[in-house]
Amino acid sequence: MQYMLQFRENPEEQAKRTDPSQAGAYWGGWQAYIGALSQSGVMTGGNVLRPPETATTLRVENGMRHVVDGPFADTKEQLAGFVILDVPDLNAALDWAARAPCATGGSVEVRPVLPPPGA
Amino acid sequence: MMDAARRDTAAQATLAARESYGKLIAILAGRTRDVAGAEDALADAFAAALAQWPRDGVPSNPVGWLLTVARRSAGHAAARRQTADRSVAMVQMLEDERNDPAWDGFGDHRLKLMFACTHPAIAEDTQAPLMLQTVLGLDAARIAASFLVAPASMGQRLVRAKRRIRDAGIAFAIPEAEDIPGRLSAVLSAIYAAYGAAWDDVAGADPRLAGLADEAIWLARLTVQLAPDQPEALGLVSLMLHCEARRAARRGPDGAFIPLRDQDPALWSREMMAEAEAALRAAAHMARPGRFQTEAAIQSLHAQSRMTGKRLNAPLLQLYNVLARFAPTTGVLVARAVALAEEGETDDALSQLDGITGAGTYQPWWAARARILWLCGQEAAAREAASRAAGLSSDPGIRRFLLAEGYRDGSGR
Repeated sequence: MQYMLQFRENPEEQAKRTDPSQAGAYWGGWQAYIGALSQSGVMTGGNVLRPPETATTLRVENGMRHVVDGPFADTKEQLAGFVILDVPDLNAALDWAARAPCATGGSVEVRPVLPPPGA
Repeated sequence: MMDAARRDTAAQATLAARESYGKLIAILAGRTRDVAGAEDALADAFAAALAQWPRDGVPSNPVGWLLTVARRSAGHAAARRQTADRSVAMVQMLEDERNDPAWDGFGDHRLKLMFACTHPAIAEDTQAPLMLQTVLGLDAARIAASFLVAPASMGQRLVRAKRRIRDAGIAFAIPEAEDIPGRLSAVLSAIYAAYGAAWDDVAGADPRLAGLADEAIWLARLTVQLAPDQPEALGLVSLMLHCEARRAARRGPDGAFIPLRDQDPALWSREMMAEAEAALRAAAHMARPGRFQTEAAIQSLHAQSRMTGKRLNAPLLQLYNVLARFAPTTGVLVARAVALAEEGETDDALSQLDGITGAGTYQPWWAARARILWLCGQEAAAREAASRAAGLSSDPGIRRFLLAEGYRDGSGR
């Protein structure tokens, strides 16, 4: 069963990326986590993303294209990355979600992947 | 003023609920075996208490009041569903109880409830959650979070288990004397599963279930009170109190993980340690050793070693060997390998660790590997194992500890 884990971070957690006193532990934590995921053979894809201010959002309304700088929604928690896991069940996916560094500085949304039509 | 009084009353109702929940469920469901029906009736009684007590004052016997109202509610529910078997059983119970001159109030109903919840016919992964819900009244969402299961599926599991108690006719009874040690072992294992943090002497134990520590200790003390002649129940109380005594010393101000060898013993709870030692001594007098007594003895030795500064690696290893005979679980085998390495047998320890199968995503196995590899002098491999352990940890303090190579400290060499 495939699940997508969406990693979200609150502003304090996001700030750790560039704070010299915390950046080492922050990136070390993600590196260890993604490393454990891939070495356990459960990860079929995914990535950590650059910060939300590097996003560009597009939408088309009445034939008009709107392109804006920044993420779609101006919410407190921002998408920081995602992985697709192949695990036996939801409980196994929750085990992995709890290990994500952002579980204590944001949240992890776990969602089953809809199999492609005809699969 | 009014608000303060209402809050006070609500607090009293909550206290009565916590202390009496299991007793009341045990009494209400004891004859009918209908745990879900008993819970409904009790929920009605608590709702009535919250509405009535602030207005009329808290009754002199709150628990008796709750029982009376819950019975009445069960009776009403039964009257509404006259045709259902379940209500017939409830009416029958009320009738029996009124006619029973030997009815002794509470007695050991709760122990019967604990035996019912850990009956072999109940799925093993549901026994601890079911006990927490029926004896302590914890809600399914809190239990689900502690066991890291989706709330909806925990809810379903609990409903299925209660249905099974009713439909399979699992008895609310104390087992025959010769069956007690075996059945009690299931009760104790369920309590221990609720306590969770299995061993804290190796850097990196995953304290996933620490949220239920108080509840688990409460249940273990209750078990000792209800079955005082069972040394393993005393052993479990002793084990959990030894671990719990160190709670304040286990974390730095910023949440940093502090391994046992670096803890400040001044922060340990002397009171809990004294109770733990007394329980272990009382158990030892019965001369029937077992898994939990051995684990408690290990924790006792760890405490002694830290307090006196004396290295007790050889006796610790002996105890781990005894423990591995009683309970060859993955956690115990991993801890024994570390004890062997600390005693100097690093190569044997490494091959013992490699011999443990199915530990690929078991965080303590990787943390143990980092420590043992470092004791072997294989620094690069140790760092790799520690990184894997950090990636598998759900605790930020432990993650930091492992990535900062905390597993290197405290070698006696």
